[in-house]
Amino acid sequence: MKLLLIYLTGVVFGLGIAISGMANPAKVLNFFDVFGAWDPSLAFVMGAALLVAAPGYALVFKRPKPIFAQSFKLPGTKLIDRKLVLGSFTFGLGWGLAGFCPGAALPVISTGNPSVLTFTASMIVGLFLARWMIATTARRQDAAQAN
Amino acid sequence: MIETDFTPWASALGGALIGLASVLLMWLRGNVLGATGILAGFLQPDSSTDWSWRAAILAGMLTGPLVFLAATGGFPTIQVPVSTLSMIIGGLIVGVGVTYGSGCTSGHGVCGMARFSPRSIVATLTFMAGTAVMVFLTRHVFGL
Repeated sequence: MKLLLIYLTGVVFGLGIAISGMANPAKVLNFFDVFGAWDPSLAFVMGAALLVAAPGYALVFKRPKPIFAQSFKLPGTKLIDRKLVLGSFTFGLGWGLAGFCPGAALPVISTGNPSVLTFTASMIVGLFLARWMIATTARRQDAAQAN
Repeated sequence: MIETDFTPWASALGGALIGLASVLLMWLRGNVLGATGILAGFLQPDSSTDWSWRAAILAGMLTGPLVFLAATGGFPTIQVPVSTLSMIIGGLIVGVGVTYGSGCTSGHGVCGMARFSPRSIVATLTFMAGTAVMVFLTRHVFGL
């Protein structure tokens, strides 16, 4: 039951991505091309998502806990550091190059579109590469402190 | 460059569903619906219970476009105005960026912004700036 409801939540998300145009790189890139073929549609995607999610979250957070878990799992850190800013800027550069972001690409894997598959495979490589780089940096810092 | 139609209604409806899914996951399981975090935890799970809900929501996500197909008779439009090389390098950069930045459009842009997290607001404004810079460079400086 629990997993079925979570599955259906995924269906709602995937359907939303499909309807919104977020998984169409031409549309995404045109949103950012204010000086060219500008298509403001994506502002409506994020606007509508926030109009639903902000009051929805406010209602959910009035409850003591989620239905199937003991607590809400929110990010522990409030830190705005170089890693967050440089990482986010880097993500933006990649989004602007390919036209896909992770949440838009994952659902449309099921269309079998070769560009989606290429992007997703490459993104997964990048994900593991970054995790390895972060772990390596942390080990070096530990070693430096130990010395 | 491919011209695209302005689709305020479809985009708003799609966005509302994305927002609804984020609320549902928080209500059901107390998790942020961030594609980056869900995928990373699916590929490198901490435990089997942690893996199963991620597998369930990812399976649901993949089903979304099939529901779209059943309802409209076609898959959602995917027009790719960039080269395969851009797709490969772009994917790699996205994977690295979202891992360092701890989130993407769904996690920071929708879930984080919806609870007015200053960290997510900074992240969202920063990645949107990065995207705009790259689109400006590729289209208006290098003319790709």
